[in-house]
Amino acid sequence: MNITNLAVDITQQVKPGVDPKDKKLTIYHMSVAFVAFIIGVFGGLLQGLARGGLIPLPSWLGYYQILTAHGVLLALVFTTYFIFGFFFAGISYTHGPLSKGLRKLGWTGFTVMSIGAVLATIMILMNEASVLYTFYAPLAAHWLFYIGLTLFVVGTWISSGAILTHFYRWKKENPGERSPLFSFMATATLLLWIVSSLGAAVSILFLILPWALGLTDSVNVLLTRTLFWYFGHPLVYFWIMPTYMVWYLVVPKLIGGRLFSSSLAKLAFVLFLLFSTPVGFHHMLMESGVTEFWKFLQTVLTFAVVIPSLLTAFSIFATFEQTGREQGGKGLFSWLKKLPWGDVRFFAPFMGMMFFIPAGIGGLINASFSLNAVVHNTLWVVGHFHLTVGTTVILTFFGMAYWLLPMLTGRRFTKHANRCGIVQTWLWSIGMFLMSGAMHILGLFGAPRRTAYATYQDAPQAVAWFEGIFASHITVAVGGVILTAAGVLMFYNFIYLTLLAPKGETEFPMTPDPHDMKDSPKFLENWKLWLLITALLIVFAYTIPIYDMIVNSPPGSPLFNNLIK
Amino acid sequence: MHIHKYEKIWLIFGVGSLVLFLGVIGVAAFAFGHQPPSHMATVDAENLDQDPVFSEPGLTKIDESTYRATLVAQAFGYNPNRIEVPEGSTVLFEVTSADVVHSFTIPGTNVNFMVTPGHVNMAEHTFNEPGEYLVLCNEYCGTGHHYMSMTIEVVPR
Repeated sequence: MNITNLAVDITQQVKPGVDPKDKKLTIYHMSVAFVAFIIGVFGGLLQGLARGGLIPLPSWLGYYQILTAHGVLLALVFTTYFIFGFFFAGISYTHGPLSKGLRKLGWTGFTVMSIGAVLATIMILMNEASVLYTFYAPLAAHWLFYIGLTLFVVGTWISSGAILTHFYRWKKENPGERSPLFSFMATATLLLWIVSSLGAAVSILFLILPWALGLTDSVNVLLTRTLFWYFGHPLVYFWIMPTYMVWYLVVPKLIGGRLFSSSLAKLAFVLFLLFSTPVGFHHMLMESGVTEFWKFLQTVLTFAVVIPSLLTAFSIFATFEQTGREQGGKGLFSWLKKLPWGDVRFFAPFMGMMFFIPAGIGGLINASFSLNAVVHNTLWVVGHFHLTVGTTVILTFFGMAYWLLPMLTGRRFTKHANRCGIVQTWLWSIGMFLMSGAMHILGLFGAPRRTAYATYQDAPQAVAWFEGIFASHITVAVGGVILTAAGVLMFYNFIYLTLLAPKGETEFPMTPDPHDMKDSPKFLENWKLWLLITALLIVFAYTIPIYDMIVNSPPGSPLFNNLIK
Repeated sequence: MHIHKYEKIWLIFGVGSLVLFLGVIGVAAFAFGHQPPSHMATVDAENLDQDPVFSEPGLTKIDESTYRATLVAQAFGYNPNRIEVPEGSTVLFEVTSADVVHSFTIPGTNVNFMVTPGHVNMAEHTFNEPGEYLVLCNEYCGTGHHYMSMTIEVVPR
């Protein structure tokens, strides 16, 4: 595949592009994301080597401290900044420059988020917050850590307000028109984020923070866990939905095709909004205090949220086949040859899609009720989310970085950047295959997650986890080393594309909305209706079990901040 | 809303699979009793020494081949930290926590559940093979989390 042809093809289109002032807001988000990324990657390297028994950690650095930093910086900071950066650029491209006021609001959101992120990171580095990114009570961090998390979430709400208002103004000025796919999908994603992060905010502000400050003597542990997972599961869809946006809206353009159907794409995002939240109990299947009935009910809803992913899989591959055939591909599979395999902007997200097949199947296994006992809190789960967020989401985001970064900084996506990108994608895929593959199998053998190097007084079972040919902590460490190399290369790509690449123009490769846009049903745009159904589903799935947790609660737990230091 | 014929087939296949999977786990759960551990009893975690059950944790024999093990998980170990049962015994584990969240996990078996303070959780297992079984905590509970374990000795009859 000739890559230069493709680049020319894209630059030939005349499009308004993204306003320079909005570009600046986005590039700030991207920079924070990549700095968090590279620190998080080295945290992961140390964990892999330490857990494999290959290196001892220095006395001033705790395993669980690094684990907390790795989780917070990669799962929360990197993803969230990247997503908001993408949304600010996309909304400005779709609906024109942000107004002065809204842009100011965007900067306010960025600032509040960043104060929060820095505060939380400082507390982790001071070893005052080694509670992991799930911060399960009654283990307790320094109260400033919780303030940091709160500010971070509040900052995202402010930024969401700026993006949603910009879209809402367009909607008011264009009554009766169908929303462009980008803004429709971004709206669904942000509404999901706001609805779900309310749970985390309530938990921190009303339960954990007063307790950490000593204003209350005890905390309802089960309630904080329930509120965390009310937030924690939709969080993964908050990562996946922007990933799907790249697959729906950017990848078809990169392969020179068009999207299969707009109505079904919109329907998929509405279904994500409805079904992502009332499912948190599938993370708590193995614990007491919630009855089997409510766990099973949320398991059913968990399975329902697979449907929009099935819709997406069909749309994407239909787009691939349609495009491949239009470009002369014949036979059952030879259209595959027509896809631009040499273009990393396509190849990286494509590898992400491939990894999503085992990742999705693994997710269904995790959610399968009593079967969860086999894998709960084992390394299997760690292997699972390193496929989902750690490969599918991140490779898609990397694929996005190759055009988004040079577009923001007025540079060109060069052959050199493409070559580095292809190598980066392969390294990441190979490293993750080794690491995640070994983690999955070790998990089936019972190896625990979130645990430092341990042989449990040389218990034969635990020793075997270091001696397997593939299923071994050593394989995990080797995979981690390869992933670190890939991470360093990606950080170089970031520096190259923002500071070093030759000056020029790079386009926002947004697929035009499909022809069936004007026929897409009007009710899909009725956000009040979707929010109402979302609220009803949440009330249905959570009211009785939460009422039960409050009314029949055991005496609450005091602070345990001595155990983390 | 127009849905392509192939997409209809794909969705029927996909949703059909999900319904089948849910059917299997639903029947296994509600007809055959393969439920996740979801015990509803509560205790006062700070005053377990006054609790009728957990003030004296340990193993009690119910009948010839059935035992009840009441255990307290606590950073960073279990009380008692060793129990011994004859081969072929069925043991009903009842576990609670005296401090933070732990787990009670016997790798290689289906015994793997969370132990949250204030709550009691349960699981049952029949030990058909003699030998030493490792029990470990797989929920992060503090700096010594990776030392938290106990042993179940299953002796030949």
